[in-house]
Amino acid sequence: MSHDHDHDNELDPFAARVRALETILTRKGLIDPAAIDVIVDTYETRIGPRNGARVVAKAWADPAFAEWLKSDATAAIESLSYTGRQGEHMQAVFNTEETHNLVVCTLCSCYPWSVLGLPPVWYKAPPYRSRAVIDPRGVLEEFGLTLPATKKIRVWDSTAELRYLVVPMRPEGTEGWSEERLADLVSRDAMIGTGLARQPA
Amino acid sequence: MNGPQDLGGQMGFGPVAPEVDEPYFHAAWERRALGVTLCAGAMGAWNIDESRHARESLHPADYYASSYYEIWIKALEVLLKRHGFVTERDLEAGTVVDPAAVPKRVLKAENVPDVLAKGGPCDRPVAQPGRFKAGDPVRTKNFNPTGHTRLPRYARGKHGTIEAVHNGFVFPDSNAHGQGENPQWVYTVVFEGSEIWGEGADPTLSVSIDAWESYLEPA
Repeated sequence: MSHDHDHDNELDPFAARVRALETILTRKGLIDPAAIDVIVDTYETRIGPRNGARVVAKAWADPAFAEWLKSDATAAIESLSYTGRQGEHMQAVFNTEETHNLVVCTLCSCYPWSVLGLPPVWYKAPPYRSRAVIDPRGVLEEFGLTLPATKKIRVWDSTAELRYLVVPMRPEGTEGWSEERLADLVSRDAMIGTGLARQPA
Repeated sequence: MNGPQDLGGQMGFGPVAPEVDEPYFHAAWERRALGVTLCAGAMGAWNIDESRHARESLHPADYYASSYYEIWIKALEVLLKRHGFVTERDLEAGTVVDPAAVPKRVLKAENVPDVLAKGGPCDRPVAQPGRFKAGDPVRTKNFNPTGHTRLPRYARGKHGTIEAVHNGFVFPDSNAHGQGENPQWVYTVVFEGSEIWGEGADPTLSVSIDAWESYLEPA
């Protein structure tokens, strides 16, 4: 762990460590730095929770799509062209009046990248991963969400290669809205289960 | 393994503290860490299970003191050394000292969109029919393997119900150790909160895991 990099002394030690590793792998011809740029651009500007919001909005607006999403989420989501890494095997779980769904990966950081993008830091960190399965109500309170005492809570621990997308309940007062407008109500947290859909302004 | 990654039900880590309008990256190096990790994985020398096992094999004190991208990089160095792509001398020097093994492939920028769009499906055909069907009562095994497993400790030796039968999937417990994909049926198994957490459990809570068939016994 004691790597000295005189040429990198303007960087913090971990930044220097990553830079050195990239340099070594590049000089050995094992990685292409331009490929890193494309990967970063993809996940910083192209793939994010807007994808998932469009899936949810379509499910709200189109009952046939909602049924398809329930029975074969991978195919239904693929029909909107959201495919790929960490979205190969999708499951959509629908909130109802009776049950609220919450998704966690207690063992690592499994997350549906193809529809939500890269996970937030809190999703990957021990406080959320440890408590979501034992104290989901306490966790939700920290997101400002208090569920009725009678509401059932179902926690989905992503221990295999299935990736979960929560479909929140459609807010009232949105009848006749376009999918584009509906999608604006769907936050990333609502699709993890740490939030609800936004109320129309 | 009963490693630092197996966090379900652990206590003492404090509040979740979600960040408002969180950026995808909190430092420039995190962008490179993501890209380096994905590019190195694309060489095809290890699979996602070996990669996860390398992360959870960090010393617990190191794991808990590290951010997730730090965990990725520390585990990546282990994988690169194990597979002959870098040496400790390379890392000590911060530059190339020793030659590298020849990778199966190198991910080029022009191929990134296709590779990301294709992903890495890990469902596989399984010759024999599944042992369980939806509605079956099951008990998870109680075991403590020293190698990789995806059955969390909180869900071992517990009674639950098969809720859904999925496809066959690569079995991580062997695949992480170069012992083959050995695909098995995967099931969603749901447990009452009280079965897992006992006294004082939230009565409205149920928790599910996705379990490979060999994690389960009829109950």
